[in-house]
Amino acid sequence: MLVKALRFAIPVLAAASLMQGSALAADDFIIVQSTTSTQNSGLYDHLLPKFQEKSGIEVRVVAVGTGQAIKNAQNCDGDVLLVHAKVSEQKFVSEGYGVSRADVMYNDFVIVGPAADPASVAGGKDVTAALAKIKQTSAAFASRGDDSGTHKKELALWKAAGVDPSGDSGGWYRETGSGMGATLNTAVGMGAYAMTDRATWIAFANKGDHKIAVEGDERMFNQYGVILVNPEICDNVKADLGQQFIDWILSDDGQSAIADYTRDGQQLFFPNARMS
Amino acid sequence: MQDFGAAFAEAFALIAGLDAELMAIIGLSLRVTFSAVLIACAIGLPLGALLAVGRFPGRAALVVLVSALMGLPPVVVGLAVYLLLSSAGPLGVLQLLYTPTAMIIAQAILVTPIVAALTRQVIEDLHGEYDELLRSLGTSRLGTVATLLWDARYSLLTAALAGLGRALAEVGAVMIVGGNINHVTRVMTTAIALETSKGELALALGLGIILVCLSILINAGLMGLRRTAERMAYA
Amino acid sequence: MPEVLAIDFGDEKASPPAILLDDVVLERGGKAVIDRLSLPLGPKGVTAFMGPNGAGKSLTLRLIAGLIAPTAGRIRFAEGVPLPQQIALVFQKPVLLRRSVRANLDHALKTFGTPRRERPARLADLLALGQLEPLAERPARVLSGGEQQRVAMVRALAANPKYLLLDEPTASLDPQATAAIETLVARAVAAGVRVILVTHDRGQAGRLADDICFLHKGRLLEAAPAARFFQAPKTAEAKAYLAGDLLL
Repeated sequence: MLVKALRFAIPVLAAASLMQGSALAADDFIIVQSTTSTQNSGLYDHLLPKFQEKSGIEVRVVAVGTGQAIKNAQNCDGDVLLVHAKVSEQKFVSEGYGVSRADVMYNDFVIVGPAADPASVAGGKDVTAALAKIKQTSAAFASRGDDSGTHKKELALWKAAGVDPSGDSGGWYRETGSGMGATLNTAVGMGAYAMTDRATWIAFANKGDHKIAVEGDERMFNQYGVILVNPEICDNVKADLGQQFIDWILSDDGQSAIADYTRDGQQLFFPNARMS
Repeated sequence: MQDFGAAFAEAFALIAGLDAELMAIIGLSLRVTFSAVLIACAIGLPLGALLAVGRFPGRAALVVLVSALMGLPPVVVGLAVYLLLSSAGPLGVLQLLYTPTAMIIAQAILVTPIVAALTRQVIEDLHGEYDELLRSLGTSRLGTVATLLWDARYSLLTAALAGLGRALAEVGAVMIVGGNINHVTRVMTTAIALETSKGELALALGLGIILVCLSILINAGLMGLRRTAERMAYA
Repeated sequence: MPEVLAIDFGDEKASPPAILLDDVVLERGGKAVIDRLSLPLGPKGVTAFMGPNGAGKSLTLRLIAGLIAPTAGRIRFAEGVPLPQQIALVFQKPVLLRRSVRANLDHALKTFGTPRRERPARLADLLALGQLEPLAERPARVLSGGEQQRVAMVRALAANPKYLLLDEPTASLDPQATAAIETLVARAVAAGVRVILVTHDRGQAGRLADDICFLHKGRLLEAAPAARFFQAPKTAEAKAYLAGDLLL
């Protein structure tokens, strides 16, 4: 019986040690809690190899919505936070979870919609006017509905337009409760308008007949910030390695790497490093 | 729908190209899945056999519970394991979050009830046949469980395969506890989810086709092994 | 107690009983399927339980084997409650493990606690006893019915039991296979094993049994030396059974 039990146990232990393998292999890594827009646009695939080559530090990106990324960082499950919801970020720092915040780069949000343009908003610049028209015509609009940075921005714009879409939830206002990509897939599928960051849109491969309908409104500015998680609260934070990453991405090297990144000849992010 | 044609073309190109990144992702998928199923079997086989053979208070309730847990939502398991392994959680000191180990733990939790419930069914049937004999031989409870597990081993392979299928196809739990980190915790299913969110539907579907082929290969391999072994050794 | 019968095993059974069934009752679903069964079984020889289906023969065998517990009454052993391996049981339909013949026997030896070192020699003996050497590595469950029952018989004898309980061991076998099993029974008896047999086969009972116990609807109606029972059954039920009129 004992022999049999051992026969069971040995492969299990072997498997367990196997699993440890990669986790222990490189201790020179940090975890960056970040957003889907930066990951899906391919920016990290462009940036991180350059940083790793220079510093020897591996950056592991967990790409979730900004809301969840901040939650995860509050749980100390990351060394660096790189998201786009300035108010939430400042709150994160002021509550002591983060050391300090710096602007990294920006791009902008756009409203995309079907070529048929049922709300007749295409070509416009005034985002609140466009949203009000969408409400008036009850044209389908797909919202993230997931407490992400994009979602928060979208809600702020509805408010500025004087529209409360929550009453029409399930009607023309469709909350997908998913990431940017999934929401865009939904919008394309149902011929709905949607708000997305430009980088995700440019890199998005399933555009269907959707086009950018509204762009250029300065209220759709989308600022990304970077924060080192506070090692005084989270003693597992690799403050030294995390700071090296932040220093690099704010440096001339990092900033020009961001500016270099293009898709289809278009620049996706615009560096604007500045301590805030 | 031109996506299907494109998907098969993508799948074929990926396989033909022996893309190193794809191979690494497949490798991790297999490692995580097989480790999880191995652990689930180590727990689920004896547990299922005990439920089949044992007579103790609360057994009926436990049988119902184990069967019900077969339908555990992966996202719930992922969340629970996340809360456990999070640095803010009770097991945070282990620093296992966002590692393959965390994914294995989550999947083992998902798969164990499946293995246990199916094992209970198989062993209960066999026990009906063996009970008098084993008792007349004076077999101990432990010896009975061991004999039943051993004699039912080929039928139990089906239980393991069911668990394997669940683990291989699962995305919700590994996404949360693994984080879908490139080169570290990205597996087939999370890669498919990522490509879908990028709108790369053909590539996502292509990966899906490869996953299905992988599953077919594994099942065919193990079933073939079972048939051969059964025919050669024990009817 | 109703006058069931005089237990009449003749003078040679004067020695004290090895097994004593003492007013044994077994109820199933509120009905007595074994009804106040009292019976002394001597230390040697072969006793056959006979009777129509539903008489309670197999249940009596299982009660003696300790596989089921009586609702009332007791089963006493002169030498104390035997270890499981001292009472061996062979079923009508052999229950063999999904392993080779050798592994089946080895499993039994292991269960009985035979030391690992002694097992190979013991296995060789058992295979020879059952004339199973050519079949040793075959999966047990693909053998013919007769071969399977030989494996079961040899397995039952593996622990050198004191008591061998046989539940219609040849009911589904052809004459040749039956003869092989009976030979094994005879050898066990010669070695001093106490055999208790359930059978419908009058010829088999005549060849093997010293005594016959006739059961009917859970009650013991007759117990007598085999020759006397067959020549002059006392009860109407036994007469009818032997005449073939009481099969069900």
